[in-house]
Amino acid sequence: MSTTPPDLETEEPLIQGPYAGVKFGRGDKAFSTVALASGVTILVTLAAVFVFLFIKGLPGFTADPEIFKPSSDSFWGYVGRLLFGTTFAAIIALLIAVPFSFALALFISHYAPRRIATPVAYVIDLLAAVPSVVFGLWGARTLAVSSQPVQRWFDHNLGWLPFFKGPASATGRTILIAGVVLAIMCIPIITAICREVFSQTPRLNEEAALALGATRWEMVRYAVFPHSRSGMVAAVMLGLGRALGETMAVSMVMSSTPIITLNMISSTNSATIASNIAANYKAEDNRIQTVLLATGLVLFLFTFLVNFVARYVAGRGERGQR
Amino acid sequence: MAKSIDVSDVNIYYGDFKAVEGVNMTIKAKAVTAFIGPSGCGKSTFLRTLNRMHEVIPGARVEGKITVSGQDLYDPAVDPVEVRRMVGMVFQRPNPFPTMSIYDNVLAGNKLNAKRMKKAEADEIVEKSLRGANLWNEVKDRLGKPGMGLSGGQQQRLCIARAIAVEPQVLLMDEPCSALDPISTAAIEDLIHELKDRYTIVIVTHNMQQAARVSDDTGFFNLKAAGQPGHLVEFNPTKKMFTNPDSESTEAYISGRFG
Repeated sequence: MSTTPPDLETEEPLIQGPYAGVKFGRGDKAFSTVALASGVTILVTLAAVFVFLFIKGLPGFTADPEIFKPSSDSFWGYVGRLLFGTTFAAIIALLIAVPFSFALALFISHYAPRRIATPVAYVIDLLAAVPSVVFGLWGARTLAVSSQPVQRWFDHNLGWLPFFKGPASATGRTILIAGVVLAIMCIPIITAICREVFSQTPRLNEEAALALGATRWEMVRYAVFPHSRSGMVAAVMLGLGRALGETMAVSMVMSSTPIITLNMISSTNSATIASNIAANYKAEDNRIQTVLLATGLVLFLFTFLVNFVARYVAGRGERGQR
Repeated sequence: MAKSIDVSDVNIYYGDFKAVEGVNMTIKAKAVTAFIGPSGCGKSTFLRTLNRMHEVIPGARVEGKITVSGQDLYDPAVDPVEVRRMVGMVFQRPNPFPTMSIYDNVLAGNKLNAKRMKKAEADEIVEKSLRGANLWNEVKDRLGKPGMGLSGGQQQRLCIARAIAVEPQVLLMDEPCSALDPISTAAIEDLIHELKDRYTIVIVTHNMQQAARVSDDTGFFNLKAAGQPGHLVEFNPTKKMFTNPDSESTEAYISGRFG
């Protein structure tokens, strides 16, 4: 640490607005340059990916309908089916992961004694470091096999629901299991963010609730959740991003075809865009390659759209109360 | 419904550190009791033991006996949640719930009791509590607006309204004016005068004039030395405390010849 005061330069400030007129030192200048460069790099990368997908994938939108046979007879039918599979798998994953992650994060931040909370948090973080191939192998070889009785039970007892119409897959490698594996992959991300946000709740608000005679759960509802809402939405969005884009785990767990079905336990499963690309990208046919790029573009745009909508919904809720 | 509080031989700890020791006092019903003393002498800590808020800090614990009209607050059979519903608290900094409207803030404590309230009943509680906190006229046209939109002094009165909406038996105030300007402070002090007809009020303050203005009894807390636990030096009627205190150190503190 230097003990001399920083050498302030008396150049024109770079920034207009609330800080206009403030003198900037060398450190400020360096930092603002680095920050600007980082921001621009990300935008440029994103734009480059988009341009690549757009140029390479564009012919796919008008590809010869012949190549979509027999599952579909046009590009939009094809990509629509894949989009359905993608969304369906992601919804299954989030339905499992979100309540689980919120509860887990809350346990770590507000319920567990510190000597339990710290190791639990550590283990959850480790889960995020496991490669998706490993999750895929485990899902296909272990979870799918050992869950067969459960899936058969669903078939027998809940068969009247479209989701469990069956017949139950003999291998157990279904979209339900893919969803479970995806959920396990989303949990560490959602939990880690929520844990941080929950623990940032101002002590003042927590004590306000407690002093009114709130139980711990009521305190969470009064102080922790309202304070954390936008962070929770961000966490779910990141989890959703992983669920939508995950490739290996899904394509390893289930063999899939581009169809639309709500049946979660049969041996015919809806493919997801990402797993479909992984399964077919080595195709000889150049036209299929192009079509795959086009589906990639659709996934890219879809992810964007979901993000914007979620941010808008979360933001609207917050503005409504301000 | 206001009740007196008996405190006998109370020691307060943060983990292994003894923060306050050997407190004995009787806090009168329907009166204002003020605690004064230098920073770190344990007066806020002691206040927080009166509604069992001290123990929300990990490792914190209390020895001794505190009874509110005969009921021991630290009896193992007593649920701290019940204690806090009976003993309300106002904090140093105003802390309305940030996402709630003024209306919902006032009702926050009532809603915790989970019983369904009719709209008319709820409206009545809100009006009564806001009138009780001298805030009704200022906010009656914008009850649906967020509580955070009020000024600091209004927010603090909103917090008082929230505390009295559940009709507690005792009201604790932890330096309620320390973040407020003189006008808001005067408003809160007037309010304390009015509230003491109905509630037992205990207030911690750094402002000795305030203690002299609002309280009937005063307790002076002090430290024997840095790192030693705080203790109650003197507990007497405010008038006596500020004219003819028993202890020399009380006089030294009050007259500003401290240390």
